[in-house]
Order: sequence, then structure tokens, then C-alpha cells
Amino acid sequence: MRILNVLPIALRALLRNKTRSFLTTLGVIIGVASVISMVAVGEGAKSRVAGVFAAMGTNMLIVLSGSTATGGVAGGFGSLPTLTWDDLRAIRTQAPAVRWAAPAQMSKVTISNEDQNWTSTLTGSSPEFFDIRNWTIDKGSLFADADLDASAKVIVLGGTVSDKVFGPGVDPVGKTVRIRAVPFLVVGLLHRKGQSPMGTDYDDAAFVPISTFQNQIQGGLQKFIAGIILVSAISSDDTTRAQAEITSLLRDRHHLASADEDDFSIRNLAEMASAQQQGTQALTALLAAIAVVSLVVGGIGIMNIMLVSVTERTREIGVRMAVGAKPWHILAQFLAEAVTLSMIGGLMGVALGSVLARVVAARLGWTYSTRVDMALLSFGFSALVGVGFGLYPARKASRLDPIEALRYE
Amino acid sequence: MAASGQELVVAKDLVKTYVLGDTELHALDGVSLTVNSGEFVAIMGSSGSGKSTLMNVLGCLDRPTSGSYVLDGMEVARLSRGQLAEVRNQTIGFVFQSFNLLSRTSAIENVELPLVYAGVGRRERGERARAALERVGLGDRMDHHPSQLSGGQQQRVAIARSIVNSPKIMFADEPTGNLDTKTSMDVMAVFQDLWRAGLTIIFVTHEPEVARFASRMIMVRDGKIVSDTEQQPLVAKKAA
Repeated sequence: MRILNVLPIALRALLRNKTRSFLTTLGVIIGVASVISMVAVGEGAKSRVAGVFAAMGTNMLIVLSGSTATGGVAGGFGSLPTLTWDDLRAIRTQAPAVRWAAPAQMSKVTISNEDQNWTSTLTGSSPEFFDIRNWTIDKGSLFADADLDASAKVIVLGGTVSDKVFGPGVDPVGKTVRIRAVPFLVVGLLHRKGQSPMGTDYDDAAFVPISTFQNQIQGGLQKFIAGIILVSAISSDDTTRAQAEITSLLRDRHHLASADEDDFSIRNLAEMASAQQQGTQALTALLAAIAVVSLVVGGIGIMNIMLVSVTERTREIGVRMAVGAKPWHILAQFLAEAVTLSMIGGLMGVALGSVLARVVAARLGWTYSTRVDMALLSFGFSALVGVGFGLYPARKASRLDPIEALRYE
Repeated sequence: MAASGQELVVAKDLVKTYVLGDTELHALDGVSLTVNSGEFVAIMGSSGSGKSTLMNVLGCLDRPTSGSYVLDGMEVARLSRGQLAEVRNQTIGFVFQSFNLLSRTSAIENVELPLVYAGVGRRERGERARAALERVGLGDRMDHHPSQLSGGQQQRVAIARSIVNSPKIMFADEPTGNLDTKTSMDVMAVFQDLWRAGLTIIFVTHEPEVARFASRMIMVRDGKIVSDTEQQPLVAKKAA
């Protein structure tokens, strides 16, 4: 007898008991479905976290000024400007792990045209700022270094500001807005980024050259950068190196003795991002482990039903043996039944899991990504469960004595 | 099929002992028997005489506690479980009192079953099963399930199943035990047809009128053969 002949026999036996077969596979279906959906949603969460940090900026570090301490009250980071334009230049040129560095100063301003106005955050910076923040332009162009040198009155708008001032869908490029009665030419509209994890609208912002900012908003050029410096490392693996380089560079430039505290501070966003990714990864692993446990429980369900089935079909086994079935034929038949059950369960589980992941993702507004390798893995594992838990009942069936099996009532 | 007159079944001093608690029950107590090919043997005895045990041992479903049994030149006691299955599949056809058909399985699929285990291809299986069913007069009931067939028809499906592999010998354990007189007659007519076509048949019965259709009658009592006589078989007539 060819091994393939066992499959139709097994399939026919399963179809004779459709309800029971389905209930038996239910354990495996739920097990596989939970593996698939957990991992898909977990992957979604991971890529969402990655996306959030990518929206903040690529491989980003933030350098902040030191703090004042007036009469015992510490003013917090940035209250005492310690970062100079020369510091910025040094970071740009003397730290090999740094790709870009840009200053940023912010202020709340009211932006208006003839009939609308909107209060938003105005940031003065340099063109590198948009590279660091992974921010591209949708319409028009960014301001250039020449605009910086000339303190040009040009402005780049975020999507929300443009909507509020000019109305949704209107192309603002070439139009004029006023800030504190000073006219600014709109040169670009930024690509929309959406919200930060804290709910802040990234697009509710406007950008001017930092020289223009100092002249028009702050009032006069200054030696110190009254804001922060954003830095992008050359790769995600180099953020720590960049942090160390900037620290030693600035300590050197600020003439700090080895016992002195830093008069600045550096925040490493990439590190925060990877810590958070590891968190989600651990959670995914935990959920997957729970799902595997449920898959094993599903396997026990299969074994249970197969044992009942062997007992119930003792007479059938006797008849098959009487007409010439060898022990391995019986073993193969019952094993094939168990594996068929678990594989069908696996297939249905993959389908259900994919749907479930989609539904959960839609509900929570998360992204999800179905991983083919996980689908194959859990399908393979469910087949393995079928073999593992089907073997004992099948062996029991194959070891029956034909004459006793035939006498069984 | 073996040539007529060749020794097909040679049993010597077969003993089968069952241990029930602390008492030993000798279902077979030294049975010696030779059956040549072409014979039509009825084994008679009352309930508990050991005739069914004898049938199971001869049919390679059970093994004797001691004694030697040579079937078609093979010493059965030395065969493994797998080899015994092969003998049951290739050399023997077995018919049971309770038919033992697979339920919810069509007649033709039931008849095909031995061929499945013999490794016969699907097409040839169908042809041979159809031929076997036609031979027992059920060519028009091939797709019926056992529950849709009468007792006599079910037994004829079982007979078709036992001959589909062209066995050398057929064993039947009380083949008419669950049937009324008229259907019993039909079944015995099928047996006689097969016998006349050259098949060696050994069957067990407790009804003297059924045993009359055989060419040789063996009486068993308390696990021993008490008489063994040749007889002129009565011809069974098929009901119209």
C-alpha cells in the first residue's frame, strides 16, 4: 500500500464526523490564530514605535544649554545660554560621528494674513533641521543657506498652519503672512507628519531662518544660541559615539575642569527608541509564548479525541486488520487523521489570525504586518503538534489484537 | 488457485488455552486437521465447543498456544504480525457472522478495502471490486451503504470482499448465523458457486441443515474433533 492511499482514508473518516472534527481542531485554530494575530499586532506596535521616533528625527540627539541658579532656584536646562555659534560650528566640523547639526529657537507667535490668524510655534533654524527631522517639502522649497546669510523674511509652513491661515487645500506658496506686522514670503509647505505620541500636532508649526528669527522675533543677533542644537548621528549605531564626541568637544571648548559638571546636557533619542522597541519586542515574545501554550493545549485536545476515536472505532480497526491491514497501515491512518486535523486547524488559524490582526489593528488605529515566516512557522508547529499528540493514540490503535478488536462491542 | 487435492491446511495438535482467573480453559485441546484444496468443509459444534476459536486460528486472526499450523506451505506460528496481515490479505478470505462491513462506506469501497492494503491502484481496484460484486449478484447495489442493504445483501458484500483478492481459501464463521432460512439458502448457493469454481471453503455452523451443503463435515466438541466425514453435498438453490 502506498503511503498516499492513507490520506483519502483519513480524510473520509474525518468527514464522517464533521462537527467533532471541527471542535477538535478548534484548539489548534485558536492557538495558531493567537500566534499570528499577536505577532502581527506586536510587529505593528514595533513599527509604530519606530515610526514615531523616525518622525521625531533620525538618529537624533538634542544638545541643551545649562541652567541658571539664581538665589537657590535652578532654572532648568536651557535657562542659561551656554551654547555658542562657535560650538555649533565645532560640532558640525570636529565630531566625526555627527552628520548634521542645526540650531533651533522657538517662540509662540501669531501668524496672520488679511482675514485669518493662527497662533503657532515658530522655529528659527537652518536647512539641516529638516534633514535631521526627516521632513520633506510638499510644495515650494525650503529656505537655503543664502536666506540665512541674508536674514531673508521667508517662511516655511506646516500643514495645519497653512490650513488655518489660508484654508484647507489652498497652496500657500508665494503668498504673504505677517508676524508682528512684519511680512514673510511663504516659500514652502511641509509634508504632513501627523501627531506625536503625546498628541502634539507636528504640522502646527512654521519655520524661518534662525538669523531672521533672531532679528525679527528675538531682537538682535546674539553670541549665544538661546535654544537647542539638534544633532543627527551618521547612523543609528553611532548615536552613543556622537554623544561622547560632543560631550568632550563642548567640555573642552567651555574649559571645564574634570571635576566640573557639564554646563549643557545631551539627550539621546535613538537610545530611547531602541529601549522602547525592546520593550515591545519582549511583550511580543511573551504573547507568542502564551499562544504557543494554547497551541499545545490544542494538541492535547486532538490527542483526547483521537483516543476516543480509537476506542470507538476498535471494530473498524479489527475489520481492517482482518482484511490485511498491517500495524503500520493502522498507525499511518490514525496519524494521518491527527495531522490532517491539526494542519487544517493550522490553516484556518492562519486565516483567522490574519483577519483578527486586521480587526484589532483597525480598532486601535495601529498598523499591523502579517509575517509570512510566522504563518509558516505556526502552521509547521501545528502539524508537529498533530504528529506529537497523534502518535500515542495511533500506536495504541496499531497494537490492537485483531480478534479482540473484532469482538469489541 | 492451488491444484485440487494439494494439502492447503495442515494443523497438528493445536491447543489454545485461555486463563480465566486461576482456571485454565482449553478452547482447543489438541486438534489435528488436514484440508486439501478444492474441499468444502463444514465445522459443526455447539456453542462453546471451540469451533470459532479453531476458525480464528485457521484464519490467522489468532495464534495457537501450542501446536503447528502450516497454511499453504507456511508455518504460521513463525510469522510476524505484519506477515500475518499479509497472509490474511493475500491467501485468505474471511467472512463473519456479523458481516463486519465498514458503516457509512459504500459497498464497492468495502469490497475494495483488501485491495487498498494490497497496494492495488485505484482503477484496477474499482474493476476488481465491481467484478466481485457482480459475482455475488450485487452489481446493481454497488453504491449502497450497509445500512441500505438487507442482511443477506450485506453478507454477500462481505463475501465479495473476501474473494476480491483471489484467495486460496475462504474461512466463514457462522456466515448464516444472522440470516433467516431463505437468505441462508441464498448465501450457501453463493458459497457453492465459488466452491465449484475451485475455491476451498471452510465454514463454521451450528445448524445441521446448513452443514448439509458442504462436501465434508467435521464435528467439534470440547475443543476436540469427534467426527470427520465426507458427504454428498445438498445443492442449494437460489431464490428467484
